[in-house]
Amino acid sequence: MSAQSATLKSKEELIEKWSKPEVITGSEMLLRSLLLEGVDCVFGYPGGAVLYIYDAMYGFSDFNHLLTRHEQGAIHAADGYARSTGKVGVCIATSGPGATNLVTGIATAYMDSVPLVVITGNVATTLIGSDAFQEADIVGITMPITKHSYLVRDVKDLPRIVHEAFHIANTGRKGPVLIDIPKDVSAAKALFEPVKEVHLRGYNPTVQPNRNQVEKMIRAIEQAERPVLLVGGGAIYSGAHEELFEFVTKTEIPITTTLLGLGVFPTGHELHMGFPGMHGTWTANTAIQNADLLINIGARFDDRVTGKLSGFAPQAKVVHVDIDPAEIGKNVPTEIPIVGDAKAVLQVANTLAKRADKADAWRAQIRQWKESKPFSYTDSDTELKPQWVISMIHETTKGDAIVTTDVGQHQMWAAQFYPFNKPRSFVTSGGLGTMGFGFPSAIGAQMGNPDRTVVSINGDGGMQMCAQELAVCAINNIPVKVAILNNQVLGMVRQWQELIYDNRYSHIDLAGSPDFVKLAEAYGVKGFRATNKEEARRAWEEALKHPGPAVVEFVVRKEENVFPMVPQGSTIDQMLMGDSE
Amino acid sequence: MNRKHTIAILVNDQPGVLQRVSGLFGRRGFNIESITVGASEEPGLSRMVIVTSGDDRTQEQIQKQLYKIIDVIKVIDVGSSPMVARELGLIKVNAEPAARPEILGIVETFRASVVDIGANSMIVQVVGDPDKLDAMVELLKPYGIREMSRTGVTAMIRGSR
Repeated sequence: MSAQSATLKSKEELIEKWSKPEVITGSEMLLRSLLLEGVDCVFGYPGGAVLYIYDAMYGFSDFNHLLTRHEQGAIHAADGYARSTGKVGVCIATSGPGATNLVTGIATAYMDSVPLVVITGNVATTLIGSDAFQEADIVGITMPITKHSYLVRDVKDLPRIVHEAFHIANTGRKGPVLIDIPKDVSAAKALFEPVKEVHLRGYNPTVQPNRNQVEKMIRAIEQAERPVLLVGGGAIYSGAHEELFEFVTKTEIPITTTLLGLGVFPTGHELHMGFPGMHGTWTANTAIQNADLLINIGARFDDRVTGKLSGFAPQAKVVHVDIDPAEIGKNVPTEIPIVGDAKAVLQVANTLAKRADKADAWRAQIRQWKESKPFSYTDSDTELKPQWVISMIHETTKGDAIVTTDVGQHQMWAAQFYPFNKPRSFVTSGGLGTMGFGFPSAIGAQMGNPDRTVVSINGDGGMQMCAQELAVCAINNIPVKVAILNNQVLGMVRQWQELIYDNRYSHIDLAGSPDFVKLAEAYGVKGFRATNKEEARRAWEEALKHPGPAVVEFVVRKEENVFPMVPQGSTIDQMLMGDSE
Repeated sequence: MNRKHTIAILVNDQPGVLQRVSGLFGRRGFNIESITVGASEEPGLSRMVIVTSGDDRTQEQIQKQLYKIIDVIKVIDVGSSPMVARELGLIKVNAEPAARPEILGIVETFRASVVDIGANSMIVQVVGDPDKLDAMVELLKPYGIREMSRTGVTAMIRGSR
């Protein structure tokens, strides 16, 4: 990858090179500070207010800068990079429209607790508040969707602010932090000295849990006859997958992982029930509804998981492990709250955990449910079924790819039919449900994981929300494999209009979309189309073999629906099962 | 059950901090009955006092969500202990010379004071808990209140805590 050709030096060399106290501009301070935070790749788009910063980047090779074709592409790429690596994603945009184009991406990261440092330029401090050209109050606009934000008023504060921003973004409950840098600040000079410490009186996340609370959880497990573990993205973000595996092995509690938790525990494991919620497994939902103990680790009881809140897990004593105290008791009353980092909590729990001995009948019941009600669909010999395509992608990538998705039916099918076994392998916008996320996030994931196969699964709708980033893949030879499940319709909206709005199909027809093969080729990306299984397999295998980026359009059945489905407002055991009902 | 809560919030004296706090209340649907902000005992920190209402769960959420703001140093549930809560009100009331003795009688009873006298109006300044201000306003209404400005409550826990 030419974009990765920059010779990345070791951290030690960088620290030595950049730590020397020196009078430099704010722009140079920013770059040095990013390097000292270990940044190896940033995604961005220049403009008037960040010209000094981009000037400092001229001929600069200590990290990669990827020029996207839209700021939204840049921030989704940074997000995909962060989710797939665990490192902080960084993006840069100019003031005004550049900054506002980041808003959807910031909200996406905020909802899913993704660590980003978002750098925007702003008009000079002397012009702020005067409705200057390309001025927008991006700090104000993004206050509800950032973990924290800074408007840098004095260049001397910049090194401290960058260091704090990285610390805040990637500790506690992770999230996006915005740094807004007025143009005169990026031009001003001051003495640069690296900042190594953080003094934030108002920020001190609780990592280590209260041991008494963990002991309470252990006693509850000993008593439980029908225990269920519900594990979310928090367990992935804290790197708790090994501790979780040990905990499940010791306790033998059946486990369900949320959409964002997929991969933290092997999907094929006999105790794994799949994901819960609106399009989750019959087994996971039924188990939650019948559980007498529900242990939530790093999930936030999102409404897509709980369904009708008042009827959720009606018999369960609830244990909630979360690094964010505000999530505990927010949606679901909790008997045993445990504030702490998932990994730290599980480490303590594993020293105490014993097998849930009273739950043998429950485990047998769950095994039987799993066998009788797996995810299923009716395959076809005449039409290409999207579920079959996902299974074929799974098979041909040996289940080992990083998969990013957009939002809608294909997202649910990817979650259902691509069983994940490793954390940080499934990159999807769960909380905000951002269309346009799937493809650019794959670019970021590939930049962060040059040795892994990165597959981006999209619908024909979402693909057109950020298709311009094909240029980035082509120019930098970023070998993302893009699958487009083209049903010529906004499928999830169609499904709701069919099932809930009485077949009144309002404004969902996407026929007349571009020829995706030609679109890919127009950008210099290899394109394929498949309308049946044979073509699909051949095209996909060729795409995988191709050393560069490739787009495969799968023309799939329009009327296919995602099942099971919990209609909004129902409890999660009220599932429409579709064909298999 | 909905109850009134008085909370004090110690915050970094930073631009935008009021927006961070009030924005949180707005977007999460928490009610603000009054809000006051001013200097605290420590340089660099301001103290906000917010009177809000809601059930106990809302109250718990308010405190937890406030702590998520990086510029929030401390949240104190003032109302959970015996407290002193005070508000200042300026009331410009119609006061023809003939009516003035009566109004002055009310002012005296409430240990309020007259801080300005015009040709046919006066400004009354009253300090006390919100109930006292409410009562004073009720009594002055018959004379015709032209303008009123209340500061909102500021509060502290009694004793050495």
